[in-house]
Amino acid sequence: MLELQHISYAASDEDGTKEILNDINLSVNERFVAITGPNGGGKSTLARVIAGIIKPSAGRIILDGEDITDLGITERAKKGISFAFQQPVRFKGITVYDLLKLAAGRRLTVGEACDYLSRVGMCARDYIQREVNASLSGGELKRIEIATILARGTRLSIFDEPEAGIDLWSFSNLIAVFEKMYEDINGSILIISHQERILEIADKIVVIAGGRISEQGTKDEILPRLMGGVGACGRLTAV
Amino acid sequence: MALDKIQLELLREIADLHGVPEGAYNIRSDGQLAGRATTANIDIVTKTDKPGIDIYIKDGTVNESMHIPVIIEQSGLKDLVYNDFHIGENCDVTIIAGCGINNCGSQDSQHDGIHSFYVGKNSRLKYVEKHYADGDGSGERIMNPTTVIELAEGAYMEMDTTQIKGVDSTKRITTAKLAERATLIVREKLMTHGRQVSDSEFTIDLDGDDSSANVISRGVARDSSRQVLVLRINGNARCYGHSECDNIVMDSSYVQAIPEITANSVEASLVHEAAIGKIAGEQITKLMTLGLTEAEAEEQIVAGFLK
Repeated sequence: MLELQHISYAASDEDGTKEILNDINLSVNERFVAITGPNGGGKSTLARVIAGIIKPSAGRIILDGEDITDLGITERAKKGISFAFQQPVRFKGITVYDLLKLAAGRRLTVGEACDYLSRVGMCARDYIQREVNASLSGGELKRIEIATILARGTRLSIFDEPEAGIDLWSFSNLIAVFEKMYEDINGSILIISHQERILEIADKIVVIAGGRISEQGTKDEILPRLMGGVGACGRLTAV
Repeated sequence: MALDKIQLELLREIADLHGVPEGAYNIRSDGQLAGRATTANIDIVTKTDKPGIDIYIKDGTVNESMHIPVIIEQSGLKDLVYNDFHIGENCDVTIIAGCGINNCGSQDSQHDGIHSFYVGKNSRLKYVEKHYADGDGSGERIMNPTTVIELAEGAYMEMDTTQIKGVDSTKRITTAKLAERATLIVREKLMTHGRQVSDSEFTIDLDGDDSSANVISRGVARDSSRQVLVLRINGNARCYGHSECDNIVMDSSYVQAIPEITANSVEASLVHEAAIGKIAGEQITKLMTLGLTEAEAEEQIVAGFLK
């Protein structure tokens, strides 16, 4: 499905050049792969590199055997990559229904749109005509963001910390969304998360720290070590 | 009355009309009266001292609407019209105005509409105004609307004004005076492109206690167009005034927003918000991750913003 070969990324600012990603090699062939690790370790940058938002300084990205390294965001989206932002973007005047239609890339009945919203635990009729603007809370925006990924239904869906900004009450709902997505999906889910219950769904867990993959393996191999307080993911024990 | 194809097209753009409207109407075409209907409660009288009409709406008229579209197809025509609306007390009416210019010639076509609204005590008025122009001639399409509003005690007026396409030059002046408990809500939407120029100036006097005004202006300036907006609210009593202008600048356009709020009474409460900026990069990126091209993303963002 997806293969990252020797991906590196360096960012420059006034303090000089900083290596954010350093020679990342990763294959995503499983149905559900979770990336975890300490904040500032490079996880979100890696997700953005895959979506085409950030261009890597070195390395190649292969999707289903095709080199997509030089393709832009739109072309990658059309080839089947979806990306849920950690901080969803607000739009004045664009309604939830409009956004779902754009995501689906086709005519969408109100019923279909409502179905996507229901799947992320939203009472559809309260939201379908709302604008995706500052009147929605952070948690509502996150769930709408996830609904747009469901509406796209692509081969590879990337989620950058879907749990961030979601209250505890909604959290169990969110887990159910991902459990169901695991059953339904015809491709792969790549998810950045600190949450043990999300990591528990994963077929493979990848730990990224200091811009490198520090370890990867099945959840049975990785989770006990993370839970044991090895230190890569201290927030795991918080929930 | 019979309407030709271009007239019908312009009417559809400015008034969502698909033919002769129901209820009261006055259609002005190329500076001449092209059709009129009155009702038991709404009378329309041609002015004798200057071009234009007086509209009289009886006290207690509710759930009635009237259309007063102006269409211009004649290149080189400069049309000046005074429309005075005398709205009685305790009314609830909708007035739909609009100007459409189709200029295929080389001379400038211009419509200067001066609309005055005298809204009686405790009446509600919704006023919808839409400006549109097309035609492939080199002559400019110019519209200079002036709106004069006087709201009596307890009167409520909503004004929706839209100018999305084709008008080369516009100078818009809106003034309002509000008595006790009167409320004015203005929503302005404007898009300029090419080398178009738009000047809009609002002056709102909140004269009566517990009067309030809320002016929301959204504009998109593309290409090398220019927009200048003055939002002036004078709080002369115990009142509440809020104005908000929000503009997207694109390409090499120019936008200037000039807020002016003045408290002539210590009981006045006035707020102004203004924001000008290009489309946020994250918004474009997000829509691109949904498969839209950059140009398609921009189009969607602008269309939503002006919806």
